[in-house]
Amino acid sequence: MAFQDYNLFKGFSASEWVGFKHFEMFFTSPEFWRIMRNTFVISFLKLLIGFPAPIILALMLNEIGNIAFKRVVQTITYIPHFISWVVVSGLVFSMLAVDNGPVNDILLKFNLIKEPISWLSVPEYFWSILVGTNVWKEIGFGSIVYLAAIIGIDPALYEASAIDGASRVKQIFTITLPSIAPVIMIFLILGVGNTLNAGFEDIMMLTRNLNNGIVMPVAEVIDTYVYNMGIMNQRYSYATAAGLFKSLLSVTLLVLANSLARRFNQESLW
Amino acid sequence: MRLSASDKVVRTIIYILLTLLTFITFYPFWNSFIISINTGSDTALGGLTLWPRDFTLENYKVVFQEKHIYNAYLVTIARTVLGTLLSMFFTALFAYGLSKKGIVFKRFYTLFAIFTMFFNGGLIPYFIIVYSLNLYNTFLFLLLHGMISVYNMIIFRTFFSQLPDGLEESARIDGCSNFGVFFKIVLPVSGPVIATLSLFTAVTLWNDWFIPAVFIQNQNLVPLQTLLVQIINAGTTASLLTNLNSYAQSALANTVTVKALQMATMMVATLPILCIYPFLQRFFVKGVLIGSLKE
Repeated sequence: MAFQDYNLFKGFSASEWVGFKHFEMFFTSPEFWRIMRNTFVISFLKLLIGFPAPIILALMLNEIGNIAFKRVVQTITYIPHFISWVVVSGLVFSMLAVDNGPVNDILLKFNLIKEPISWLSVPEYFWSILVGTNVWKEIGFGSIVYLAAIIGIDPALYEASAIDGASRVKQIFTITLPSIAPVIMIFLILGVGNTLNAGFEDIMMLTRNLNNGIVMPVAEVIDTYVYNMGIMNQRYSYATAAGLFKSLLSVTLLVLANSLARRFNQESLW
Repeated sequence: MRLSASDKVVRTIIYILLTLLTFITFYPFWNSFIISINTGSDTALGGLTLWPRDFTLENYKVVFQEKHIYNAYLVTIARTVLGTLLSMFFTALFAYGLSKKGIVFKRFYTLFAIFTMFFNGGLIPYFIIVYSLNLYNTFLFLLLHGMISVYNMIIFRTFFSQLPDGLEESARIDGCSNFGVFFKIVLPVSGPVIATLSLFTAVTLWNDWFIPAVFIQNQNLVPLQTLLVQIINAGTTASLLTNLNSYAQSALANTVTVKALQMATMMVATLPILCIYPFLQRFFVKGVLIGSLKE
């Protein structure tokens, strides 16, 4: 379909073949570089901040001796993972609202800002809000795996190093982190393979307010572009070409990440 | 264990950070909840933080006046329950086949399935296929979409291949057929895997708004989350009013605001999950571990 001028009424077999026309159109379109930049920047930021965050949380939870406190923190931080982006975006909008939004209220109270900021319609803030919301949603759930890996570490290691006079903080870096390194590595590979999935639902939902024309230049990624072009504007072949291009890039990245990981240590997905 | 002074400082900082994180996670839910049970006109005055000032259930009354919401609930529940059952059954069946040694083209089928995980034609060809199969706008599509999850299939396969061979052999000696082995031996011993994967599938189905938004037009087939998108997307009172009946309109004129309504609808869509969530917690912790074993 990406190589045709697909016509809904003619169907697949009767549509005209046009070779790479739609790919060329996509690569030369003025939006192309902007979309690629957004896709890469957003996914890179998500990886850079969203990847270590659950690990840090797991390390912190591990230091907690008070079981009841630990359980409360865990229970509450897992919740957002089970909530749909629709609701999460509703919460974000409500928190960041211009009139009486708690965030603006607090900042006003401490005189950090003179007047309420319309957070979601300022392009400069969009990436931070997007990444922040993602971290907020997934940090607790992501920490489960790491926490389980930490629990599996042999306690004798800690006792031995304590006798040698290592502090708790030092133990984190010399015992805990090296021990869970394989788990971290595997999730890193998966994360890199997913780089181009910069997110679709979250961006769709966080840009759905009336001002989305303003933030769209920094928010449009390949997936949302495919949706807008294909479903909204019915440019089927063009959108398919863009989507296919993305699939190709993702597979390349995944294979690349996997072979890199295989070179550095023995971990591999296949 | 004795702690040094610097360790005590670190520990205190950790406690403070975690308390902060918990608060940040919890507060948005709480804030939305109290807005939903506070009179809309009172909320608009501002300063609402921890407790409702002017308690009312009017917002919820208006939401439940909307007749679509019952339909949407029904569709969502039907989709979640049936979809999860079908998905578990067919995914497990597929995985069971691939877990056996000596299946013809086993490697080909496995690679073929994994290939679809990373490479696909994208939304548009999918849309056109669905359309030409006459599945557009049908409930059947909501069940079929994502029925076989490759990711879950791999988890199932790993689990099945770890089952001891003797288990099946003894059943076969007792005269069990292939399907007999699958239903009477393999499925019953897979309880924990099925429970956790069902949980994740069910949550995904419950929360999915996008697929119905693209593939369903009939307003009677729209599930809850998609309806929610429609309601909270209605930024203005006017566009909301067109969806509501006269009772709601008169209520809106008095004290109910768009914001309060949106919050109430959000709560209606979220509370079921929040209520059953504590009971399921122990399952999904186990589930994540099963998932990570595979990798």
